[in-house]
Amino acid sequence: MGDIGSLTTFDKSGKLTQIEYALNRVNQGKTSLGIKATNGVVIVTDKKVHSVLVDADEYHKIQSITPSTGFVYAGIGPDYRVLVTNARKSAQKYYLTYRELSPVSEVAREAATVMQEYTQSGGVRPFGVSLLVAGYDHEGPQLYQVDPSGAYFGWKATAIGKNYVNAKNFLERRYNEEMELDDAIHIALLTMRESYEGEMNENNIEVAIVSKPEDNEDANFRVLTPQEIKDYLEEAN
Amino acid sequence: MSILEYNGSGVVAMCGKNCVAIASDMRYGVQQTTVATDMHKVYKMHDKVYIGMAGLATDMQTLVQRFRFRLKMYELREERKIKPNVFANLVSSMLYQKRFGPYFVEPVIAGLGDKNKPFICAMDLIGAPVYTDNFLVSGTSSEELYGVCEAMYRPNLEPDDLFETVSQCLQAAVDRDCLAGWGAEVYVICPDRVIHKTLKSRQD
Repeated sequence: MGDIGSLTTFDKSGKLTQIEYALNRVNQGKTSLGIKATNGVVIVTDKKVHSVLVDADEYHKIQSITPSTGFVYAGIGPDYRVLVTNARKSAQKYYLTYRELSPVSEVAREAATVMQEYTQSGGVRPFGVSLLVAGYDHEGPQLYQVDPSGAYFGWKATAIGKNYVNAKNFLERRYNEEMELDDAIHIALLTMRESYEGEMNENNIEVAIVSKPEDNEDANFRVLTPQEIKDYLEEAN
Repeated sequence: MSILEYNGSGVVAMCGKNCVAIASDMRYGVQQTTVATDMHKVYKMHDKVYIGMAGLATDMQTLVQRFRFRLKMYELREERKIKPNVFANLVSSMLYQKRFGPYFVEPVIAGLGDKNKPFICAMDLIGAPVYTDNFLVSGTSSEELYGVCEAMYRPNLEPDDLFETVSQCLQAAVDRDCLAGWGAEVYVICPDRVIHKTLKSRQD
């Protein structure tokens, strides 16, 4: 069998069409957003299930990669799963070598590297997801977005998926640099509600935060319980 | 003759009050013959991390080059200097990778970590680390060094006192070892400066 070349090739205008199409797919996906505060990061995602028969407890979109970093996505779920597995393995490899948790920028960069490889390797297609990487390390709280092309950016606040344009406009108006985590959660929920179809409640969204409990060594990424989300939602009313 | 005794060496590291010291002899020998007396066995990785290596000279030199490579890559990627405990783990991983065909060196790492906390660590040739807060030794003179350090070490020595103690320990120990000696150098690493001295010692 012959050596298969890349399926992602340039067109005359200089575009990599496959990547454009991948981005289109991402923009059809359910909205996810993230906000960086002075003392942590919050990420929220639409977890609406399409049938009452779905057992939502067993299904999580937000996943932790290290104790202090986590992912959420917009786009093709199964593609996301591959990236999560890869990122976890990478992070463990880092820990084996250095016995220190991987910095957030490393986690983001390694995911971006994998995604870029799939735009240049033979016989594969780009990942149909954009990732939001939220974490806290020696450089403080950080939020990165990684696109199917492998490009990645640090954000103060951002949204991906359906309605990301409106969500980002909303965030631009509401964001301020001195926000603390509780305010950020409040704004994140308000932003999510803006673009949510139907009633938004603690069971059809997922929220996670990463923060430092006191000045105690390690930051802690965790998904909020439905009860905690309910409390924040009540405050937001 | 053990391969670890082919060249001969004595390396010691000690913790003081907000400082660490690391010292070694300077003999480069080929079994009984002394070939040079200016061989460095303690290398700076960066201002607050030093590594001293006892054992086969060729492996020591190769490892220094490999450590410098890994460190440069680390600093470029992470945009920060590596901490001594993290470096120690890196050394340990690198040595264990060669578990069934090892580098014949037994390194000693000394440095200042977060908030300038003194850190020392030593390991065997396949990367098994040991961490203490007093002193660690390595080389053909290790047994002599254990004896002298145990007797002369006190915790929380100021940099100048630590320098004296490390120097006396090293000299006394390598004088009893025919494969180590012929000069000595000492580094005392403090938060704001590094004291580096070459000792006048017996040339035999």
